[in-house]
Amino acid sequence: MSFLLVQALSGLATAATLFLVSSGLTIVFGVTRIVNFAHGSLCMIGAYLGWSLIERFGGSVGGFWGSVALASLGAGVLGAAMEVGLLRRLYRSPELFQLLGTFGVVLVVQDAVAWIWGPEDLMGRRAPGLKGSVDILGQPFPLYDLVLIGLGPLVLGLLWLLFTRTRWGVLVRAATQDRDMASALGVDPARLFTGVLFLGSALAGLGGALQVPREAVNLHMDMAMIVEAFVVVVVGGMGSLTGAFLAALLIGQLQAFGILVFPQITLVLVFLFMAVVLVLRPHGLMGRAEEAPPAAATAAPVLRLGNRGGWIAVGLLALLAAAPLLVGDYAVIVLTEMVILALFAASLHVLIGLGGLVSFGHAAYFGLGAYGAALLVRHLGAPMPLALAGAPLVAGLGALIAGWFCVRRSGLYFAMLTLAFAQITWSVAFQWSGFTGGDNGLLGIWPSAWASGKAVYFWLTLALCAGALALLRRAAFAPFGYALRAGRDSALRAESVGIDVRRHQWFAFALAGSAAGLAGGLYAFAKGSVFPTLMAVSVSVDALVMILLGGVQTVSGPLAGAALFHLLESQVMRATDLWRLLLGLTIVALVLLFPRGVVGVLSSRRERS
Amino acid sequence: MLHRRQTLSLLMTSAAALTAALTAGSPSALAQAALAQSATPVRVGEINSYTGLPAFTIPYRQGWQLAVEEINAKGGVLGGRKLEVVSRDDAGKPDDAVRVAQELLSSEKVDLLAGTYFSHIGLAVADFAARNKVPFVAAEPLTDAITWSKGNRYSFRLRPSTYMQAAMLVEEAAKLPAKRWATVAPNYEYGQSAVTWFKQLLKEKRPDVEFVAEQWPAQGKLEAGPTVQALAAANPEAIFNVTFGADLAKLVREGEGRGLFKNRRVVSLLTGEPEYLEPMKDEAPEGWIVTGYPWEQIDTPEHKAFRDAYGARFKESPRQGSVVGYATLKAIAAALDKAGSTEPDRLVAAFRGLSLSSPFGPITFRASDHQATMGAYVGVTTVKDGRGTMKDWRYADGAAYLPSDEAVRALRPAE
Repeated sequence: MSFLLVQALSGLATAATLFLVSSGLTIVFGVTRIVNFAHGSLCMIGAYLGWSLIERFGGSVGGFWGSVALASLGAGVLGAAMEVGLLRRLYRSPELFQLLGTFGVVLVVQDAVAWIWGPEDLMGRRAPGLKGSVDILGQPFPLYDLVLIGLGPLVLGLLWLLFTRTRWGVLVRAATQDRDMASALGVDPARLFTGVLFLGSALAGLGGALQVPREAVNLHMDMAMIVEAFVVVVVGGMGSLTGAFLAALLIGQLQAFGILVFPQITLVLVFLFMAVVLVLRPHGLMGRAEEAPPAAATAAPVLRLGNRGGWIAVGLLALLAAAPLLVGDYAVIVLTEMVILALFAASLHVLIGLGGLVSFGHAAYFGLGAYGAALLVRHLGAPMPLALAGAPLVAGLGALIAGWFCVRRSGLYFAMLTLAFAQITWSVAFQWSGFTGGDNGLLGIWPSAWASGKAVYFWLTLALCAGALALLRRAAFAPFGYALRAGRDSALRAESVGIDVRRHQWFAFALAGSAAGLAGGLYAFAKGSVFPTLMAVSVSVDALVMILLGGVQTVSGPLAGAALFHLLESQVMRATDLWRLLLGLTIVALVLLFPRGVVGVLSSRRERS
Repeated sequence: MLHRRQTLSLLMTSAAALTAALTAGSPSALAQAALAQSATPVRVGEINSYTGLPAFTIPYRQGWQLAVEEINAKGGVLGGRKLEVVSRDDAGKPDDAVRVAQELLSSEKVDLLAGTYFSHIGLAVADFAARNKVPFVAAEPLTDAITWSKGNRYSFRLRPSTYMQAAMLVEEAAKLPAKRWATVAPNYEYGQSAVTWFKQLLKEKRPDVEFVAEQWPAQGKLEAGPTVQALAAANPEAIFNVTFGADLAKLVREGEGRGLFKNRRVVSLLTGEPEYLEPMKDEAPEGWIVTGYPWEQIDTPEHKAFRDAYGARFKESPRQGSVVGYATLKAIAAALDKAGSTEPDRLVAAFRGLSLSSPFGPITFRASDHQATMGAYVGVTTVKDGRGTMKDWRYADGAAYLPSDEAVRALRPAE
């Protein structure tokens, strides 16, 4: 009994941290609708700042808590600076575009923090006066954790006061409910947003700084935090503070007791939980009916068939096909990867661009394709052509199943449900070592002898990808594509003219999944091995970045974005250790220069001239 | 509005620009080939997770840099050719590592490959090496698969494997009176195989032990409080720990706070390596039985020479990774000289049974499974002058902790 009580208390301490960080995220999203990827980075900055200050001044009780507060303020100031310097310039871009900007910030912060504080984990001082433990029913329990448990509700209470008892709080709530109306009534949204970013980031920083006495501050905190914070926010309901609090409590307890019952599935427990909650409750635990979700294409232009587009595509194909005769082996390999990634990005574009459905878990289908092909080779001894044919089928089947659930949600709830399915798929690949090889992957997935030459494999890839791209393009301009776009632009009107929007979205999900699967299968044979990393969150994010870089509103945008991103990454990585810094700065610069994607801006510029 | 024609032409121009950019590297390679054979350096392609895990890979890089400088100062390899390392980051991803390996091979024309830290990346590069028939020296990955179940003709591994390190610790664990054991390990292949080997080998020596609890936190996401509590609830007499890095720090802090380690012995893999022990400063655990590297106390002539040279060159103390990086390049130089050529098959033949002197003493790459017999130091952790270190240690020579040649032959796929 006493053991269960202490376990529950441990869960509460975890919950307190989770709540602090995710409350910031949910406030920022609630008001600005920004999906702030850099939130985890701000938490990490808070932890590092906290570490430095606590090392210096943390010897006394006042010094310690002063340092924590100062670190939190520091993170807040950086968050506000990010709003002024970057996000403010993007409010008129498609909403998702800010996500790309914040992703650039994540990369920059990773390198900057490593450069300032060094690569090693930093073990901070413990909180003075709170070093020991108290006995609770005969079980020792750390004092500091008790303080954390108290801090969660305290912060919730303070935030409640701030939002209900101050003018600023009322304005923020007004803007949360109706941004346009608030600004029409004379509230300066820019100042409000800066303030909100400050508050949200300060909360992230506070969550980070409070970790210093509990764990070693390290460079992986940003990613570890951001994903969990998103889960809490979505489970609680976007924009709902009490929801986030409740979700944090539940997830804290789930982790505390989950490891007792199923120590082996700690990897996915929270994602399983999120999937169940989202399947049962469309808007999380406390979310209100649809918060205007981040839509990819707010004012989507009408796609038009180019007159001579076909001929130019043929020209480009011919040029690419001739490439192996002109360039070296390595260039052919980079080109192969670029072509594969172009298909991968284009497949995601079917969902985002045509369907208005933003997926955070598209890597699952890329990975399913790769694993499908690899498993066919490994367990059935399938030859390459058969394995390649199997890849889109396996991925398409996976997408049909996941899609059935996902398309029943919209906006960020859809996005997070796709992420949950991707994480579940990932953990199956990661854990089922007997079948999938676990984290050590499957090796020796090389092309058949006839296709083993790099040029031949490139031509094969080019032919298959070009074919698949042509099909995707065909689908976009077929009645199917029009119906899908109709559903994106106005689900209500589309339904009223007899289009089954959900059904179209479901099929689009499967189509996108199988195209990604083909890309994955080709990728597996290009690399000779598959690993669970192919399904990792970072791959899904990369795909999003490619699309956004190129521009969501055009069919060729994702292709250009994929080529640009892969070229940037592979070449910059070769040149310097600080490649994340460079890549991040490049992305930020591109976002500021081309606020509608490279192709989007260029084509509209031509349009005007 | 979208104008497909124009955007496509944009794509075409960028494709042409790309082609130009990618081919720009080749003239220098051509120029090099034109030089006389004796003047061409021997090129080693080196890949590691420099941005993913800088705390481990940067000491490793300094280690091999020192080795290369020493080798070239003594006249290089193969009777006067310089040794040159072309180093690349793999971003912690196996698919990037394979691309980089390809680039090193076809654009940089390297003669052999070396490096990697993560097991899965090591395996991916090893498979690539076998496919392209180029020798590969896996420096740091620990997985047993790289030399056993997925072993191949072209891949060799330097660092003592998971099995070897577990076997070293079992020897000490078996001497403890403890009968009830609990384990805590990160939930991936490294943690799983470490626990499997530890259980199996310990039961062979001590049939009376039982394992009463296991915890499998996700790597990097240890829930310290609940995990510690769950371990304590099983009331074990001793604990086998495989977590490391940030997880280990959390476990130690929370465990001390909750009295988990009171009256319990802990046996812990790798925890004595300065990479893991030093960040914990004065909170390093006391009395844990670990494998590691007590760099400041090893006074053999070969280690002293290494430590002095490293300190003089980088103004810091060596880490485990420094030794691995240093020994990797020394092994490559020795193999080149033994082979008398950069021809892959002769290099493979040279690596098999290659003996050389390392900072840890003499090591041999076994011909049977391509595993080096480099060992580790087994001892007890302690805190001295405000920092963690080891005491009562001994050097466990890897050769004593490897299965016989016949046994590993059965584990390796046929060539």
